[in-house]
Amino acid sequence: MINYILRRLLYVLPVLLGVNILTFVLFFVVNSPDDMARMQLGDKHVSQAAVNNWKQQRGYDLPLIWNQQETGIQAIKKTIFFEKSVGLFVFDLGLSDNGRDIVADISQRMWPSLAIAIPSLIFGVLANITFALLLIFYRGSYLEFGGLFVCITLMSISGLFYIIAGQFLVGKLLALTPISGYAPGMEAFKFIILPVVIGIISGLGSGARWYRTLFLEEAAKDYVRTAKAKGLSELQVLFKHVLKNAMVPILTGIVVILPLLFMGSLITESFFGIPGLGSYTIDAISSQDFAIVRSMVFLGSFLYIIGLLLTDISYTLVDPRVRLN
Amino acid sequence: MFSLLWTDYLVFALVIGVSLLIWRASKRQHLVRPWKTVSDSTVGVVSLTVLLTFVFIGVLDSTRIKYKPNLSNGERGARTETLSVLDIVLTPIRTQIETTYSQPFAHTGYAKELLIDEQGATQWVYPRLKYAGAHLVSAESDKQKDIVTKAIAGIFLGFMCWLALLVLVLFFSKARSYKARSKAQKNIAYTLLIIFSLAGMVASLGPYYHVLGTDKVGEDVLYQAIKSIRTGLVIGTLTTLVMLPIAIALGLMAGFFRGWVDDVIQYLYTTLSSIPGVLLIAAAILMAQVYMANNPDLFTTVDDRGDMRLLLLCMILGLTSWTGLCRLLRAETLKIREMDYVMAARALGVGRMQILKRHVLPNVMHLVMITVVLDFSGLVLAEAVLSYINIGVDPSTYSWGNMINTSRLEMAREPIVWWPLVAAFIFMFALVLAANLFADVVRDAFDPRENN
Repeated sequence: MINYILRRLLYVLPVLLGVNILTFVLFFVVNSPDDMARMQLGDKHVSQAAVNNWKQQRGYDLPLIWNQQETGIQAIKKTIFFEKSVGLFVFDLGLSDNGRDIVADISQRMWPSLAIAIPSLIFGVLANITFALLLIFYRGSYLEFGGLFVCITLMSISGLFYIIAGQFLVGKLLALTPISGYAPGMEAFKFIILPVVIGIISGLGSGARWYRTLFLEEAAKDYVRTAKAKGLSELQVLFKHVLKNAMVPILTGIVVILPLLFMGSLITESFFGIPGLGSYTIDAISSQDFAIVRSMVFLGSFLYIIGLLLTDISYTLVDPRVRLN
Repeated sequence: MFSLLWTDYLVFALVIGVSLLIWRASKRQHLVRPWKTVSDSTVGVVSLTVLLTFVFIGVLDSTRIKYKPNLSNGERGARTETLSVLDIVLTPIRTQIETTYSQPFAHTGYAKELLIDEQGATQWVYPRLKYAGAHLVSAESDKQKDIVTKAIAGIFLGFMCWLALLVLVLFFSKARSYKARSKAQKNIAYTLLIIFSLAGMVASLGPYYHVLGTDKVGEDVLYQAIKSIRTGLVIGTLTTLVMLPIAIALGLMAGFFRGWVDDVIQYLYTTLSSIPGVLLIAAAILMAQVYMANNPDLFTTVDDRGDMRLLLLCMILGLTSWTGLCRLLRAETLKIREMDYVMAARALGVGRMQILKRHVLPNVMHLVMITVVLDFSGLVLAEAVLSYINIGVDPSTYSWGNMINTSRLEMAREPIVWWPLVAAFIFMFALVLAANLFADVVRDAFDPRENN
């Protein structure tokens, strides 16, 4: 087990290196640092001195991957690729393009993100499972047909609509919650309740359908027929057998997204003015802050790979038949 | 003179390609059978008809014509204009541009203005619109009656067109009586009746009113929503076109050849899928923006710029979304390569490429089919979200995302400007709902597990 985890962790390195090379190509090869400097400084007729100054302040004044002026190992080390990548691997994300410490920003902004993401996930999964169980329980009736139609309708509505309609209805017309904003501590509750509820509703359609297929697959198995033949009631079969066995795919499906909760939700956070990592990323995209976007790409892929690893481990924990080797 | 953009060529290539595929598939029994299931389902037929109507509008909008417009004094204008066939069809709606916001079916402006009447007295009133309701003498009393009359006339017009089409089809088909029609054909006919009625209503009301109001610069919202159909369709289909070859080739190779090929491909898709999709798209679009800003002479017209960015968006979305299908195809190929018929083919000395082509590919095609249909609606919805964070289509391109994005800020106004938002959401909902319903029917028909 330990051996397996260690080997998987080693596999993380080449993947992160690949991510790094890809972002490097995107950010520095497609457009030279000079182009980015001009874009950032705003004007097409910026003097070369200003461009050089901008590059020097941010450490972009080195050659891309091979420094001809240095010899030996220094030829590789004194380059943008090496200097920017090594920092990422030890989570020293450096300064953003407007001079703020990215690590400090992230550690401060991850809490509001989590405050929204964790309740959304927990209550969302509960709502989805409940809805899916109801659909299974009323299988073959008009209720199921109606429920499935509701699911497909919910799926077909744009996520933006839920947010805009929710803000308008609850925040503006009924004035139950603030339309947007955030406050730390217990005050946060009234700010996060609306985004959480909207998050649950917008995910209900696809989520409930997904869980329904899981349950249906389980309900078609032989042991369910045996249980029914023994005379167990529909409810008992549903909760004691189907739900329990379907928990394996449900749990592993949740584990894979757990680490990514840190990243926050881009759209929800920026609509509700929540100072989390999602809105941090959006702001960075719209202000074209390459350093932040690059750091977030790296962080996101790291968390994703951790999620995959956790999934594998959780398989062995919930399903004794699976052995890692 | 035709003057097509890059995406237009691709749209036509796609339409021709799909038609060829359908023509080829229609000769093979085993490929026709699942489609029989689709055509037996009312939901399937109705949603397909709606989807095809959207496609028809999209294709009309992709047929661009360059011409010199006739001036009012009968001379040819000096400036050439590029218009799509759809633009020409929608001419009165397209050209009747008011000064600013106006509500659906309004004959007056959105906000009060200071006007000077004939006596020279100033009045603080809602100004009459330039085009909408201009034919009414006393607007207050006549408007409602006029709208109802025009709507009924429109429905009647739609009905007559539908009847004409029906007679034409019956005349040219073999069975000459209505009773002999199959269920699918009746479903198509009834759906078309509704679509024709709606179109008739728009045709009859459009020149006289702004059915869905006007936006900030006075452009008709209905026109914008209809123009956005093409953008949604292009993103939903061209993205899959980019994704399919990569996903199929890599997925089959990884599953069939195993060994180092499998390792490399697995590494590739783990790496790509580990990057959060939105961030990868954002990074690529940011870079494209820098590139376009530095090379302004490559993209001369606004249309060119918008088109390039649309194409780029499709390519990036395609490059970020092939991993799911690739993983699926790899797993399926792993199963198929152990099947007896593959072993038999190998024992008979059939080459590996031949086996892939003859035995593996046809047996994974149902997965490809299902994925394509399922992905479509997700991509249409994704466009709106991406445009909202400014990494979607160009702001000059008509799209539902852009409509939502620009009118979102007007929610705070009093009285609130709700119609551009509602129009964009309704059109998007209609397309996505039809696609989702159709996808469901297709999945049930093609999934071999469902047939047991």
